[in-house]
Amino acid sequence: MSGKNARPRNRARESGNESLQIRKTYKLYVGGEFLRTESGRADAVESPRGAFLANISRGSRKDLREAVRKARAAQSGWASRSAYNRGQILYRMAEMMEGRVEGFEKLLRETRGSTAAAARREVRAAIDRLVHYAGWSDKFTALLGTVNPVASSYFDFSVPEPMGVVGIVAPNAPDLLGLVSHLAPVLVAGNSAVVLVSEKHPLASLELAEVLATSDLPGGVANLISGRRDELVPHLARHMDVQAIADAGGDSGLSKLLGEDAAVNVKRVRRYSVRDYASEDAQGLDFIEAFVEIKTTWHPIGV
Amino acid sequence: MSAIPSLFDLSRVPPVDQVGIEERAAGLGRRSIKKEAKRAGIRLAMSMLDLTTLEGKDSEGKVRQLCRKAIRPLPEDPTVPHVAAICVYPNFVAIAKDALGTSGVKVASVATGFPAGQVPLPVKLDDTRRAVEAGADEIDMVIDRGAFLSGEYDRVTDEILAVKEACGAAHLKVILETGELETYDNVRRASDLAMAAGADFIKTSTGKVTPAATAPVVLVMLEAIRDHYLATGRRVGMKPAGGIKTSKQALHLLVLVKETLGDAWLTPDLFRIGASTLANDLLMQLAKESSGRYQNEDYFTKD
Amino acid sequence: MATEIDERAERKAAVRRFEAERPRIEFGTAWEYSPAPESADIVRIEKRENLFIDGKFVPSRSGRVFETINPATEEVLSEVAEGGEADVDAAVRAAEDAHRKRWSRLRPAERGKYIYRIARLMQEKSRELAVLETLNGGKPIKESRDVDVPLAIAHFFYHAGWADKLEYAFPRHRVSSIGVCGQIVPWNFPLLMAAWKIAPALAAGNTVVLKPAETTPLTSLALARICQEADLPPGVVNIVPGAGETGAQLVNHPRVRKVAFTGSTEVGKLIQRAIAGSGKRLSLELGGKAANIVFEDAAIDQAVEGIVNGIYFNQGHVCCAGSRLLVQESVAEKVLEKLKLRIETLRVGDPMDKNTDVGAINSRMQLDKIRELVACGVEEGARLHQSSCALPTKGFFFPPTFFSEVAQSHRIAREEIFGPVLAVMTFRTPDEAVEKANNIPYGLSAGVWTDKGSKIFQITSRMRAGVVWANTFNKFDPASPFGGYKESGFGREGGMHGLRAYVELS
Repeated sequence: MSGKNARPRNRARESGNESLQIRKTYKLYVGGEFLRTESGRADAVESPRGAFLANISRGSRKDLREAVRKARAAQSGWASRSAYNRGQILYRMAEMMEGRVEGFEKLLRETRGSTAAAARREVRAAIDRLVHYAGWSDKFTALLGTVNPVASSYFDFSVPEPMGVVGIVAPNAPDLLGLVSHLAPVLVAGNSAVVLVSEKHPLASLELAEVLATSDLPGGVANLISGRRDELVPHLARHMDVQAIADAGGDSGLSKLLGEDAAVNVKRVRRYSVRDYASEDAQGLDFIEAFVEIKTTWHPIGV
Repeated sequence: MSAIPSLFDLSRVPPVDQVGIEERAAGLGRRSIKKEAKRAGIRLAMSMLDLTTLEGKDSEGKVRQLCRKAIRPLPEDPTVPHVAAICVYPNFVAIAKDALGTSGVKVASVATGFPAGQVPLPVKLDDTRRAVEAGADEIDMVIDRGAFLSGEYDRVTDEILAVKEACGAAHLKVILETGELETYDNVRRASDLAMAAGADFIKTSTGKVTPAATAPVVLVMLEAIRDHYLATGRRVGMKPAGGIKTSKQALHLLVLVKETLGDAWLTPDLFRIGASTLANDLLMQLAKESSGRYQNEDYFTKD
Repeated sequence: MATEIDERAERKAAVRRFEAERPRIEFGTAWEYSPAPESADIVRIEKRENLFIDGKFVPSRSGRVFETINPATEEVLSEVAEGGEADVDAAVRAAEDAHRKRWSRLRPAERGKYIYRIARLMQEKSRELAVLETLNGGKPIKESRDVDVPLAIAHFFYHAGWADKLEYAFPRHRVSSIGVCGQIVPWNFPLLMAAWKIAPALAAGNTVVLKPAETTPLTSLALARICQEADLPPGVVNIVPGAGETGAQLVNHPRVRKVAFTGSTEVGKLIQRAIAGSGKRLSLELGGKAANIVFEDAAIDQAVEGIVNGIYFNQGHVCCAGSRLLVQESVAEKVLEKLKLRIETLRVGDPMDKNTDVGAINSRMQLDKIRELVACGVEEGARLHQSSCALPTKGFFFPPTFFSEVAQSHRIAREEIFGPVLAVMTFRTPDEAVEKANNIPYGLSAGVWTDKGSKIFQITSRMRAGVVWANTFNKFDPASPFGGYKESGFGREGGMHGLRAYVELS
C-alpha cells in the first residue's frame, strides 16, 4: 500500500473527523428475507454492563404467522431435496460461519460478556455442530428405519419422514450454540423451522441469519424471530400449522403453558434442558429422531 | 397371423393380486357349513359332478361301471341325485351314451389332443367332430398353453373358435390348465380370452398337472365369469377339475360360487365339478350327517 | 316444446328399459347357510366382576358398580366394579411398589419368561377369550377368533423377546424402565389394545394400571386372571374398569410416570393438556379418517375386497378404517357396481355365528352417532347405498352403508363416523388424489391401490399418515410399528419403534 492512500485517514483523524462505524440493523429473518417487524416495535439490547448495543425488532404474532406461512411453503420442497443435497447445504452453513468467526466472537463477548476464549470455543462448537449434522443427512434414515418381519406375505418397512413445520424455542444462553444445536437436527431431517431466538441475547442469532441467507438454504426453511417469549410462545404453541416444538427455553412456567396450548392440534413437544451444549451429548441421532415421524408401509409379496 | 379380427382385448383384462385373491379365497374357505346347509350342499355338489375317468387303462367295463355309479350314486337311496355328466376319452363316448340311456346324465368327452393339446389343428377338429358324432353332449377342449404363454393370443382364440364351430350343438368347455399358466394374471387373461372366443364353460385343469383347481384359481375364474356376464349378459359356466377329493373342498367351491356369482350359477347347467373319487366322500359325509356316525369306505361302492 | 318433452320422456324410458334388462346378479337363498353359532357355554362370566389390584380381585372402595351388556342382545352380562379415586390410588401404589421392589429388579430375561408364559396361557384359552370378546363387544366371532385374539397373543410373544435385548434397540444408551404406566384402552379391540399396551410396558420393566373401556371390561379382566395363573408378581398388572372419570383420575395421578391412551382425538387433546408440564411421558393413538385411493390400473377385485375390509371390518369401529374412498373417475362406476354387489354378500347379524361378517354396533350411543351422521349425509345430498340385509330386531345393528357423490366438504367426509359407513369421492389425477387424501386433520393410515410399482412408492411417500397399506388394508402385526401423524396422535406401538414409548434412555 502506498502512503497516498493512507493520507485521507490521517487527515480525517487530524481534523477530528473520524470515519464513523457503520452499525448493523438487526432484522427478523423470514422467508429468506430480512424484515423489520410489521408492528414497528423495537427493543434495545444491552451489554451485561448495561451499555446500549443495538435495537432489535420485537417480533409480533403477525410476524410469527408470516414465518409459519413461509416455513410451510418451503417445507415440502426442502424435504424433497436429496439427503446428499441437504447435507451439502448444512456443510455450506458451516463454511459461511467459518468466514464470520470474528464477528460472532465479538457479538458473544459484547452481548454475554463471554471471555475471548469462551466466545471462540462457542463459535467453534457451533461450526462443528453444523458439520456434525451435515454428515447425518444421508445416514439417519438407515438407522431410524426398519424392515419389519411380519407373519404374513407382506413386505413391511418403516422409514422416518419429516414432521413438517417445527417451532424452536431456543435457549437464552448459549444463544448461538444453543440455536444451532436445535436448528441443525430439525433441518437435516427435512423439516422447516420457525425459531424464537434468545430473548436476552438475540444478536448473534440474528447475525446467524446472514449465514443462512448465504448458504443455499432455500428461503423459508429456517426463519428467525426475535422478541418477547411471553408474547410469542402462546401463538407458536397454538398455531394449527406447526407440527412440533423443540422447547429449550428453560422457563418451566412458559413450558407448561406451551405444553397445554400445543394440544390444540396434538403437537409433538420435546422439552430440552441441556446442561452443557458444548458436550458431544448435546448432539446426535436422538435430536433428529425427536422431529421425524415414522411411516410404516405394507405391500403384498406375490406375482 | 389371425384370419379373424381378435375378439380378445388384452388391455381390458384387470390385473390380479396374488396375496389379495388368496386371502379372499381362504376367507371364504372358513365359512362354517353345518347341518341342513351341509346336506343340501352335498346333494347339490353330487348333481354337479362330472364323474371322470381319463386313464390309459380305461376300458369298456370300467366306463360301464362308472355309468351305473353316475345314474345311481347310492344304490340304497334313490333320493341322492344322479351326477351331471360322465367325462371320458372320445373312444368311450358311444359306450357311455349307451350305458347312460335316458338317465339324464350327459356325456362329456375330452378332445383336441387332450391333455397336452400339442397336435395340429385339423387333428383337434377331427377329434372334436368324431366325439360329437359319437354322441358327446359336451366337449372339454384344452388350449395350447405353449401358444398362450408365448403371447400368441390370436392363435389360441382362433383354435377355440374353430373347435366351437366343430362342436355344433355340443357345449364347449375350455380347459385352461391353470397349473401350467402359473400366475393368476395368466388365469384371468386366459379366462377372458376363452369367454370372448365363445366358451360355454371355462375349466381349470386336465387333472394331469398339479396344482389344479385351487380355491384362488377358481375364484379368479368366477370373477372373470361375473365380469363377462355384467358386460355382455352372457352366462358362462365354470368347471373346476383336478385334485378335488373331499366334501369339504366341494362345499368350499360352492361357497365361492354362491358369494361371487349368486343363485343363478348354483345349478349343474352352469357349475360342474370334475372329479373321480369325490363322489364317495360326498356319500360318506351325507351318511355321517344323517346317522351321526363316522363312516368306513367299504360301505360305499368303488367303481 | 312438446316434442322436446316427448324426447326427454322417451330417453328416460330407454334408460329404464336398459336398467331393467341390465344383467343382474342375485344373491338369494338357492343354497343357504344354516346357523353356525359358537357356543357361549365355554365362558363363565361372574355375576359380579371386581377390580384387579395388587394381584387380587377386589370390589371398589365405593361399592359402585356398572352393568356391562351384550350389544347384540342388550342382555346384561355382569355387574362390574367401577374404579374410583381410592381404587385408582391403590392400583397405582401397588404398581409403584411392584415396580420398585420386584419388576424393575428382575433380570430382564426373567421378565421375558413371564411374558412368554402369559402368551402361552392366552393361547390355551384363546377360544374362551374370543367368545368373551364377541359377547361383550359385539364383534363377529370370526374376527375375535382369527384376528383379535391371535394378534393379542402375538404381541405378548413378540415383546417377551425384547425384554433382554433393549440395549440392542437403543445403542449408545443405558436403558431403564419408566415406572408406573397409566394406560387407557378403547372398546373397539378391547383385548388386543390391552395387549398392545401391556406387553411392551412389561417387557421394558414398567408396571401398569390399565383402564378398559366402560362397555368392554370383560376380556381385560380375563387377562388379569391369566396374569394370576402365570404367577406374575402382584401389582405388575392392575386392571381398573370405569368410565371417563376413572380414566382422568388415572391420568392425573401424580405417581403415574407414563400415560398411554388410545381413543378419540377429543379426549387425547384433553389428556395432553392435562399432563402438560408434569413431566409425564405420553403416547397417543387417536382418531382417523383414512383415505383409500383406488387408481384405474389397480387389481379392481382385490381393491374392492380392500375397501370392504377397510370399512366394514369390525363394523367400522376401527381408528384406521378406510372411511374415505377416493376412486379414479375412469373406474368409479365399475368399482361402485362391484362394491354394491359385494356388500350384498356381507352377512350381518348374530356376532356369535361363525358366518357373520358384520356384527353388532358396540353401544346404543355409538349407534345413535352413526345414525345421526348418516342422516346428515342424506341431508347434505350425498347418495346413500345400503345392503338390503335384514337386521336383527334386538341389539344394536347397522347395515353396511356407503355414500357416493360425496364432496370433500360434507360432514361424512370430514368426521370420524366409527361405523360401517364409507364416503366415496372421485378424483382425476394422482396429484388430486394425494391432495384430497391429505386434506384432513387426521393422519393415521391410508390405502393405495395400483398395479404400477413406481406409482406405489411415490404416492405412499406423499401420504401424511403413519401406516400406509399399498394393495392391502387393515393389516396388523406386532413387529410392525403403528401410529399416527397429525391429530391421530404420536408415538408408535409395535416394532422396534414401539419400545421407545416405554423406556428411559440415558
